[in-house]
Amino acid sequence: MSGFLSSSIARKVAMALSALFLIFFLIMHLSVNLTSLFSETLFNHLSHFMGTNPMVQFLLQPILIFGVVFHFVMGFVLELKNKKATAVKYAKDNGAANSTWTSRNMVYSGLVILAFIVLHFIDFWIPELNVKYVHGDMSGLLEGTQDFRYFEELQHKFVNPLRVLAYVVSFVLLGLHLSHGFQSAFQSMGFNNKYTKTVKAAGKIYSIIVPAGFILVAVFHFLNH
Amino acid sequence: MNLTLKIWRQKNADDKGQLVDYKVTDISEHMSFLEMMDVLNEQLINKGEEPVAFDHDCREGICGMCSMYINGEAHGPDRGITTCQLHMRSFKDGDTIHIEPFRATAFPVIKDLVVDRTSFDRIQQSGGYISVNTSGNTQDANATPISKIDADKAMDAATCIGCGACVATCKNSSAMLFVGAKVSQYALLPQGQVEATERVLSMVQQMDDEGFGNCTNTGACEVECPKGISLENIARMNREFLKASL
Ligand code: HEM
Ligand code: SF4
Ligand code: FES
Repeated sequence: MSGFLSSSIARKVAMALSALFLIFFLIMHLSVNLTSLFSETLFNHLSHFMGTNPMVQFLLQPILIFGVVFHFVMGFVLELKNKKATAVKYAKDNGAANSTWTSRNMVYSGLVILAFIVLHFIDFWIPELNVKYVHGDMSGLLEGTQDFRYFEELQHKFVNPLRVLAYVVSFVLLGLHLSHGFQSAFQSMGFNNKYTKTVKAAGKIYSIIVPAGFILVAVFHFLNH
Repeated sequence: MNLTLKIWRQKNADDKGQLVDYKVTDISEHMSFLEMMDVLNEQLINKGEEPVAFDHDCREGICGMCSMYINGEAHGPDRGITTCQLHMRSFKDGDTIHIEPFRATAFPVIKDLVVDRTSFDRIQQSGGYISVNTSGNTQDANATPISKIDADKAMDAATCIGCGACVATCKNSSAMLFVGAKVSQYALLPQGQVEATERVLSMVQQMDDEGFGNCTNTGACEVECPKGISLENIARMNREFLKASL
């Protein structure tokens, strides 16, 4: 396998597969988040299920973490190789004449997403681990009450306008990353035929709707806490 | 028209090199870009200076030698042509034109605008052929039925002239459009099937060994390719590669 993964094309395909997995994951994540706009109860129940179900916690979550880490590590490995392949730069290079800004700056939009993921881990994931596995409180209840804590915690995160701003900016860059990345992943896997137009259209729609959905959730709770 | 040229001058592979300004006057808009370069070189020779070295051969868009990066684009601003097919009417009186060699770690500069593209030759030698018996008992090629669609696609892929514009223009110096075209032209034909597996594996291996970068699907190559080679060929190469590896 390591021999196979040393080839440029195999790496591209692995990159694309990890990306498609993340694209699928984002739909799941957004679906749960959107319920917080209209039903506190439903959001709480879904969050509790996601947070305590052993399948989710000990199978899907490790796969997800592996997927994210693999994606950005491979992204950097390829970027470094590409830097080596282009050691001398042009004095004048008109990239805008033949390609989109987003396609030429995937590593930068990716870096912003990476910074966001770190922030997101500090915001939600580390406190979750702390409550559940350090303090051993698997009840999902707000301390001293019989109510679930998830909705409460979600609202609390979006009080600070700076954090809301950071979320909004990150999701705009995620949108840009995906506006190139979605169709690029299909091309990398060797998929280019009469359905490619549809894939490109789906990519554009996805890269607008999904980040917009996450932004909506953040802004909604900022305005309604 | 009168023009200012900023041309990359570099004595040899070890020289650091730099952009040097030149003026040319009374350039006709009907001249080809290479004729304009000839005028400049004439001037330089008359002044006893070293003429600018640049590659060219057919001057009609078929040999792929005339590698120049003009105003930030491979083969200049026009589409579907090589530098020798570029005309001075694409420029205006008073313009400043940047002229640089094709840049890629796998295309080292030999002198001025001349780069070493033998890495392409080595990729081609590693698998870009079919082994046919030519010693008297050759089969009539027309005896093998081929669908019109495949024949056309193979022909389109085979129009690649190996100029290297795809590499030069790629932000990653990836050679995947070139290799994709070369793999595709055989992959689409029955004659190419026998060696299909080894072909794609060794050509991709050679491409990686030569130090070309990794495709990120910006699509710049397809836009700048003088022969309009399509990204479909890269996807086909990727499929062939997966088929051969898995
Ligand atoms: C952790 C931070 C991330 C970094 C550093 C990063 C970086 C990169 C890089 C360098 C590329 C290669 C450029 C290319 O092939 O065009 C790439 C491709 C891609 N990324 Fe990301 N990315 C990150 C997160 C994400 C996320 C969260 C998603 C989606 C949910 C995503 C989806 C994609 C897609 C679809 C591609 C195209 C894959 C291909 O062409 O084969 N990325 N990323
Ligand atoms: S694919 Fe196009 S740009 Fe690349 S070498 Fe062939 S003809 Fe030149
Ligand atoms: S000199 Fe032959 S293609 Fe330009």
